[in-house]
This record gives sequence, structure tokens and C-alpha cells, in this order.
Amino acid sequence: MFTIRGAAALGAAMLALSTATALAQSASQERKEIKKYQRMTAENSPVELWVLQGEDLWKQKRGPNHVSLERCDLGMGPGVTKGAYAHLPRYFKDTDRVQDLESRLVTCMTTLQGFTEKEATKRVFGNADKPSDMEYLAAYVASRSRGIRMQVSTKGPKEKASYELGRALFHYRAGSWDFSCASCHGTPGKRIRMQALPVLSSKAGARGTYTTWPGYRVSNSQLKTMQWRINDCFRQQRFPEPNYGSDATVALTMYMAVNANGAIYRGPGTKR
Amino acid sequence: MARPMKIRARLVGDYTDIRVLMAHPMETGQRKVKGKVVPAHFIENVTVKVNGKTVIEAQTSQAVSRNPVFAFRAKGGAKGDKVEIGWVDNEGERNSLESAVD
Repeated sequence: MFTIRGAAALGAAMLALSTATALAQSASQERKEIKKYQRMTAENSPVELWVLQGEDLWKQKRGPNHVSLERCDLGMGPGVTKGAYAHLPRYFKDTDRVQDLESRLVTCMTTLQGFTEKEATKRVFGNADKPSDMEYLAAYVASRSRGIRMQVSTKGPKEKASYELGRALFHYRAGSWDFSCASCHGTPGKRIRMQALPVLSSKAGARGTYTTWPGYRVSNSQLKTMQWRINDCFRQQRFPEPNYGSDATVALTMYMAVNANGAIYRGPGTKR
Repeated sequence: MARPMKIRARLVGDYTDIRVLMAHPMETGQRKVKGKVVPAHFIENVTVKVNGKTVIEAQTSQAVSRNPVFAFRAKGGAKGDKVEIGWVDNEGERNSLESAVD
């Protein structure tokens, strides 16, 4: 009895102490704790399971044509996945447009495997119970660029235009809240609840963020792709929902990717 | 592809660091989707064998997260030792994977 009461009293004292400490904690210490949590979750992250499934899916013969994606050209030549993600988005001659990883995968699914575009994009965002094929594939292809330096080109005229469009969209204020991407991601020190928001127009912010997406969300056991991230940012801004793989979403990806140029890709990462 | 697993076993000084990732829904039986209870479906037993000898037998419950990661430290060990990890869930489904210490 005594020990139980003692423990309860100690518990209460510790709670009071921890509240006081929490209040006294500086912002930098808080950031340090978050970093520690991120390090812990990054080790052996379940993201590996998506990579394994994605590799399997990449090699599986699928679609009306009954072929795998192993001949899919992601910009490094047919079937080359190594380093492809670190060079995307880029201009593709066959489609005459700038494409990110996901829109390019849709192209491969339609041209190689024979799916219609509608079939290929029917279920791109999965849930915890049933992740989507796109999430598996994105995780696998992105993982093949680990340790490779981000090198997204703006040399081509369409690539340059896409980057400029991305920059314009990033700062474009609209919607019922008169929001732009820059409202949250344009000045340092902003956050949503416990999430510090990176300044994506800065080199440091874009590098830290872009090189860890796609990401596994620990809080809801799902892998999220970059297209999903942009789609959900549009929702949070109360913008109309963008089309999957549209020029607008690719341009925003392009803007972030170019800002992250020079950094080593280390995703798919682990998120809160 | 069945529920995938991934093992990493590494010799660190005088112990072996064994980490295993397994894909599993780990349903608690408490969750409802559209008013209907999702039946409990979780890993009940995890066995770790080193060179065929059982070194860890663990009973797990609904308290373990979806897609769990387990880490163990085993005393001793040598490079090339075979590590086999297997699980059984409450529906009798099972999976196992073998890897070598490096």
C-alpha cells in the first residue's frame, strides 16, 4: 500500500516538474527533441517494406500487355532506376512535357503495360489498410537514388518554363483564405501544431525537405508521395483539388527539386 | 507479394544487433470502419533463431503498432551466423525470413 501511494505521489511530483520544465524549455531544446525522435523513427523505418513491395511490383508483368515496368524510361534510359529520382522532374521528348516521377510512371503504365490513363490513376492515394500501387512504386524508384546528389536541370526551355511556373504558383495567393504556398513555407519559424514548416523557397529548407520525400508517416502508417503532399497542401489552402500529375503540380515539384539541387538524396524518409 | 519482412543483423563489438521489420496490419479488434468492428488480427508470437537454436520467444499483443520494427541484442555471435525470424498471428498466418550476421 505504502509503495503504491509513494509511487503515485512521486508520479504527481514528476508530472508537476515536467510541466514546469516543459514551460521553461527553449525552442531550440524542443527542436533537439524533435530531431531525436526523427532519428529514432528513421532507423529501420517501415519505409523499407514499401520499397520491397515496390520492387516486386516494378518487376511484375501487369496490365493488358502483360509486361513489367522494367523497360520504363525514367530519363536515364529504358529500365534505369538508379539515380533517376535525383534527376526528376525533367523534360521527356516522347510526351513533350516535363514530368515528375509519378506522372512518368503513369506514362509507362499506359504505353508499356497498356492500361488506360483512367485505370492507371484510378487509385493513386491509398490508405493504411490498402496502400496504392503508385505509393509502392514511388518508394522503390526513389530509394534507388539514395546517396545520389540532386541534379535537376532547368536547361531545356520547357524545364525552365516549368520552374518559373512553379515559382509563380508558389507565391500565388488565392482561395477563400487568400493563401499561397509561401504563406506557410515562405518565412522561417512557422509551424502547424508540432510540425515546423520548412521554408521551401530557401535552399536549406528545400534541401532538407525534398530529399526526404516520399515519406512514411509514423502517425498513420502510410507512405505519402510528393503528388499527395501537394494535393493535400492545396486542400489545406482551400484551393480546388489539382489533377494528379498535372502541369501545375509538376511545376511545384520542379520548383522545390531545383531549390534542393546539390543536396544528397536520402529518402524515402520517415515523417511524424 | 505476401507480407514482406526485412532483417538486418550486425555484429557490434561483443553483441549482435538484430533488427527486424515486418508488414502486418496489427488490428486491435477495437477499431470500427463504417460502424463495423474490424476483427482483431495481430502477431501473437515472434521467434528468433540463431544457427537453428531458439534464442528469443516473444509473445506480442494488440499493443504493438502496425508494421512493427523489433530490435534485439544477442550476446556474442559471429559474422555469417544464420538468423531466422518468424512470426505467427492469431489467424494462424505465418512468415519467416533468414539472414546472416554481417
